[in-house]
Amino acid sequence: MTVTAEREPAQVATLDPAAIAREASPEALSGTSRTPALLIEHLSKRFVVGRKRKPVTAVHHVSIRIERGEIYGILGANGSGKSTLIRLVSTLLTLDEGRVAVFGHDIEREEMRVKRLINRVSVDAAFFKKLSPWENLVYAARLYGLEAGPAQREAVRILSRLGIKESRMSRPVEQMSRGMQQKVAIARALLTSPALLLLDEPTTGLDPRSKLDVQTFIEELRADHDATIVLTTHDLDEAERLCDRIALLNDGRVVAEGTAAELKTQVVRDHGGAATLENVFMTYTGRSLDEDVEEESDDAE
Amino acid sequence: MAVMTRELRASYAFIERNMNLTKRYWGWEVGFLVYAVAAALSVTLIGEDQKNERLIFSLMIGATFWNYLSVVFSFIAETITWERWEGTLEYTMMAPIHRFSHLLGSVLFALVYGFVHTAVVLTVLVLFFGLDLTGADFATAAFFMLLGSASVVGIGMIAAILPLLYVERGDQMTYVLNSLLLLFSGVYYSIEILPEWMQVVSTFVPGTYILNGIRAAMIDGQGLPELLGNVWPLIVMAVVLIPLGLWLFGLAERYAKRTGKLKRVG
Ligand SMILES: Nc1ncnc2c1ncn2[C@@H]1O[C@H](COP(=O)(O)OP(=O)(O)O)[C@@H](O)[C@H]1O
Ligand SMILES: [Mg+2]
Repeated sequence: MTVTAEREPAQVATLDPAAIAREASPEALSGTSRTPALLIEHLSKRFVVGRKRKPVTAVHHVSIRIERGEIYGILGANGSGKSTLIRLVSTLLTLDEGRVAVFGHDIEREEMRVKRLINRVSVDAAFFKKLSPWENLVYAARLYGLEAGPAQREAVRILSRLGIKESRMSRPVEQMSRGMQQKVAIARALLTSPALLLLDEPTTGLDPRSKLDVQTFIEELRADHDATIVLTTHDLDEAERLCDRIALLNDGRVVAEGTAAELKTQVVRDHGGAATLENVFMTYTGRSLDEDVEEESDDAE
Repeated sequence: MAVMTRELRASYAFIERNMNLTKRYWGWEVGFLVYAVAAALSVTLIGEDQKNERLIFSLMIGATFWNYLSVVFSFIAETITWERWEGTLEYTMMAPIHRFSHLLGSVLFALVYGFVHTAVVLTVLVLFFGLDLTGADFATAAFFMLLGSASVVGIGMIAAILPLLYVERGDQMTYVLNSLLLLFSGVYYSIEILPEWMQVVSTFVPGTYILNGIRAAMIDGQGLPELLGNVWPLIVMAVVLIPLGLWLFGLAERYAKRTGKLKRVG
């Protein structure tokens, strides 16, 4: 994301470390330790569904600290609360309990500031399907205070890295494959140069080729820049390949956290069995990831 | 200054987006226009049936205005429903813009769209009935239309809340509001024929003053000085309704975020 040069200064946050430092709150900068990119403390969220009064606790006392430049994986079966957690950080849901800070900014007290620092890609690439990718991207860019011209140039650059040609950009989104749509969704998020990028199952439901393209692109993001990314997935290989650290989410609770290697070592030491993430998952959640994936959640498509 | 530019750009984003969407559905737009013309024509023909020129005028203005309101309302209501259905509502709501810029952009487009739509309907009606408009005060009528639109913006913001609160039938709920405005504004009759209590309600409805003003200007050629009694209530209502609409929308947004209603259904 080296767009900054083309833009007027101070329009949006960038992935440039100096810019991120400027965005960080003063008390955070004067503190002794570096401000985490994302700090979640004792976060809970309940939903009351329908007439039956019993609330569903989607996220239960979750605490997570994510450092700058990290790719942090949230691994969990369908319905474990991954999307709810992402929505809470995205300001799309109010917090029932706990607190969230993005680069030291409290998301409740400094909502607008936080909104400028984040962007999100959801499992369903949500667009105005009758509009072209161009029209969708320009709309999104304007909402973040960007001008159409520079935004389009940047979009071309990002999309070419994802393997989409400019000529594909003028036809309605509905004529594109799922994989293509998801790539455009990623471009839309990156266009605003988020300091914290929230990827909610970005590869779920994609064909193998698109999945690989997206994964490779995420790896490149990490290699080229100090982007901080939160990635949710129910794909063990993906989590292992892309994420610096992984949290296992089960019924809204974080049941284990660490690097893939740490988790594997820990499970073998404490419970025995194979040194695989699959074994880790089975041990800490008491279920097999594959089984759960079968039953479609309402969020999957 | 930078903040203003940013917010204006955001408002423009909604106008541009809705323009693009309207272009994509042009076939539907033509159909909608035919529907509107036919509906307004049918009502106005009642005047022809009664051989009453003044009634024709009055019904024509009522029908045209009613078309304007309905178009503006349905457009505002639909955009929220549509955005939820497409799943873009979450992206729009998490963008770093003030809700005022968001709603202003959406409502402004709806107003312009309603204006153009209504101008077509009006032109067809005038030609159809061969009406003589030489005595009409167009400037004053336009003034009432514009001033009245400010209140409509406020009511539009309130209407936009319903699809936010009611995931499934929210856009249809706005028609309830719409039909109440029809009843109390005196669209097809004069307010004086209503029962006492309904007349009281009518004094709090902007449509009453908009229609009074437009009718007096178009039929009797009255100018602003004679119509001040209809001007100040519209100013007061605009001043009250716009902040009220914004505040209520804010409450509804908070409710939606607490209960998880921004998400796409199904
Ligand atoms: N907007 C909502 N309204 C009601 N219940 C919800 C909503 N979002 C999520 N839930 C419930 O919360 C739980 C967690 O869902 P979710 O966060 O979507 O999990 P995941 O993304 O891991 O599949 C599920 O039981 C789901 O039904
Ligand atoms: Mg999910």
